[in-house]
Amino acid sequence: MSLLRTVELRKRFGALNACDGVNFTVEKGEFLSLVGSNGAGKTTLVNLITAHVRPDSGRILFEGHDITGLTVSARIKAGIARSFQLVNLFDGLSVFDNVALAIFVRQGKTAKIAALAASDHDVRRETRDVLAEFGLAAKSELLAGELAQGERKLLDVAVAYALRPKLLFLDEPTSGVSSAEKAQIMDTVSSVVRSGAVTAVVIEHDMDVVFRYSDRIVMMHEGSFLADGPPDAIRANEAVASILLGIS
Amino acid sequence: MKAAAIALPRFHTRLWPYVAAALGVAILIFVPKVVGLYQTQLLTYGLIMAIAALGLNLLLGYTGLLSFGHSAYFGLGAYTVAFLLQWFGIRSMELYILLGLPVAAIVSALFGYVCVRHTRIFFGILTLALSQVLWSLALKFFWVSGGTDGLRVKQPTLLAGVIDFAGSGGFSRFIVSYYYYVLGVFVVCTAIIWVIVHSPFGKALQAIRDNETRAQFLGLRVRRFRWAAFLLSGTFTGLAGILWAPLNGLTTPDVVYWPFSGEIVFMTLLGGFRNFFGPIVGGIAFTFIKTYAVASTEYWQLLLGTVLVVLVLLLPTGIVGGLSQIAKRLMPVERS
Amino acid sequence: MSILVVQVLNSLFYASVLFLIAAGLSLIFGVMRIVNLAHGSLFAVGAYIAAWLVGRAIGMGVPVAWLLLLMPVAALAVALIGIVIEPLLLRPFYRRAEEYQLLVTFGLLLILEDLMRLVWGGLPLTADTVMDAIPSVHIGEQIYPGYNILVVGIGVAAAILLWVVIYGTKFGVLLRATSQDRRMAAALGLNVGRVYVAAFAVGCFMAGLGGAIVVPSHAAVLGMGVEALILAFVVVVVGGLGSLKGALVGALIVSFVRTAGIQFFPEIELAVLYLIAAFVLIIRPTGLFGTA
Repeated sequence: MSLLRTVELRKRFGALNACDGVNFTVEKGEFLSLVGSNGAGKTTLVNLITAHVRPDSGRILFEGHDITGLTVSARIKAGIARSFQLVNLFDGLSVFDNVALAIFVRQGKTAKIAALAASDHDVRRETRDVLAEFGLAAKSELLAGELAQGERKLLDVAVAYALRPKLLFLDEPTSGVSSAEKAQIMDTVSSVVRSGAVTAVVIEHDMDVVFRYSDRIVMMHEGSFLADGPPDAIRANEAVASILLGIS
Repeated sequence: MKAAAIALPRFHTRLWPYVAAALGVAILIFVPKVVGLYQTQLLTYGLIMAIAALGLNLLLGYTGLLSFGHSAYFGLGAYTVAFLLQWFGIRSMELYILLGLPVAAIVSALFGYVCVRHTRIFFGILTLALSQVLWSLALKFFWVSGGTDGLRVKQPTLLAGVIDFAGSGGFSRFIVSYYYYVLGVFVVCTAIIWVIVHSPFGKALQAIRDNETRAQFLGLRVRRFRWAAFLLSGTFTGLAGILWAPLNGLTTPDVVYWPFSGEIVFMTLLGGFRNFFGPIVGGIAFTFIKTYAVASTEYWQLLLGTVLVVLVLLLPTGIVGGLSQIAKRLMPVERS
Repeated sequence: MSILVVQVLNSLFYASVLFLIAAGLSLIFGVMRIVNLAHGSLFAVGAYIAAWLVGRAIGMGVPVAWLLLLMPVAALAVALIGIVIEPLLLRPFYRRAEEYQLLVTFGLLLILEDLMRLVWGGLPLTADTVMDAIPSVHIGEQIYPGYNILVVGIGVAAAILLWVVIYGTKFGVLLRATSQDRRMAAALGLNVGRVYVAAFAVGCFMAGLGGAIVVPSHAAVLGMGVEALILAFVVVVVGGLGSLKGALVGALIVSFVRTAGIQFFPEIELAVLYLIAAFVLIIRPTGLFGTA
């Protein structure tokens, strides 16, 4: 049974057909890249799966259950999380607190008002572990707003990761950073994700990154899938190559 | 980063709030021994306004919502005391607090439920409108509320009737005893609010303040948290009103009128609303500034208005914010 | 029957004044996205200046018929004050959080309230002469001040004039473009800064005019601005922030409710007004015709 399966998922925005009967499957443990030109429908597909947008028609199945009607928070509870293309952090909180909060939410502890957050040693330990995995341990006392862009992107992923999802969507995790940092970020992200046995779907424009890290590449074009396969197969695909040359 | 000119031990940053607080309380305990009755009374008012400002800042600094209607809860606290005295002859301060807090809490819950469905400007205007409803009731139903003349409030008994102020020298004993009473309540309130903002709940509030969208996408029920913050905020400000009435001796609609809400916001900003201690500093400082302004010139509103404008223009992080920026430059902490 | 007509006229009188204040507030919000807490105080300044001018004019022996011309002069003075205020106190805050705008305009309110006391003292300032100059009208057995009817006329004229300016002139197009999309307007080459000053000046003019036309009937007193602001808020909340039609309809609704309230339920008349505002904010936060 696939971890995620969409069935004839459709979404139009006026004249734009963002998702045209998409049948998308993701297998457990994959590291998958979702590529395509702007407007191809990648972000819409992710938004549909994470419940930021409602589909016009079609179903979404997660671990065999129909989640099409579930809200954002219900889907998070089910095990789906995401990071954001435009970094979306709690700038007034420390790096430590950003991650710790995700863990508090996951453990349903956010109604705790009569105890200091700092006194929950389990959460603190787990926060330290996550920060260490992402290489942010040294910055944990800084405010999220004080980090450099590359670190902010890592933190964004770390916060989503701290929700311990089964399926993690990463929306352009290397956009806006220098090429040197891109490799750094993707090294960290891919190793953490794989060692944590989290299935990841990455929206990405940088084809070097895509080819280097993915198990499988799915290419979207005008709302539907153009190609789907391991990096070698995609490289050999002529139709794909011409479009890729246009976008990379 | 180069080593600081003043070398300080590593633990310094974690512990300084507790050290500062202990120092502050120690100073406050000794104040009445050193200063006169008038200053003690003034400082009591300052501590009361500090509680009101701490309450407001739960909503403003920590949840990101600016209420221009907090005079409603302050006034509710004050009028509850006056009514308890007038209708039931109650003189016990503890009963005032015990019975007054639920009133403030219930109305905060009610108003809050309605208000948190909106944000920013509409939230502010709605809090303003609702507080004006209460003000107009206090003003117009003068046979109940005393109208503009207000209701007199006598000196209460403290500690379940153990301490009262009858007899000669009663006034000075009242001022001193009441100061310590308010100081005690103030310390308790500060401790409670400290725990609240440093709890998981408090972190969630700040997250919602910083990034409502991301908070939702973590799975937080934003409206519910905002409502809870509103409830707590109104209750603490209501407590300040309860403490205020016996000291002032008179409860009038002025403390429900909307410019008073503006004053509470002013003092929170004066101290700095992005810092826990800011509202405390602001509440005390504003009380002294306003008293001296009123005493020194007929045009104290002009003075205060100018101070406010200059403050917002030049020192938006308030007194504490400004001081901590100076402190950061003098003593940079080693960060690897 | 004639009492009814009198009450209706009273409501219309009040509505005219409220409309001027509220439309100014709404215009400023619509174009600049600023809620000016000192707007009511500017209304009061208009009243004081008008009363003062009338007093001086009478002292100089100006014929009574000319006194009416002092009203727009007072309004212009308030507009000039607005032109000074905008760059000094408002412009630094356009990029900042809305909370700071509220605070700075609150500070301005405090300053203006005391400036009025400083300049004109604590006693009310009247301009009865203007009111007396207009002959009374007979409505049934009632004698009704002709001045009030004149004010209603001014209110109607102002509404029409405003409509023409906003929807019929090039300036109005600039205002509407800036209010709808500030960045787009700037991208098209509009000097947004100048539009802001102009909009603010017009808003202040209207507040000042409201004060000027009300003062012959109700003396200028300290605190009238603070009171007026709250009522203006109720009007724009009901009618919708940023809408001219809303300011008109809101002013009418608030005035009639107020008159009926005073007649039948004087104690809760004020409370009812604020409750209506709260109610509208809850159900339809943008008001009847709002754009925000």
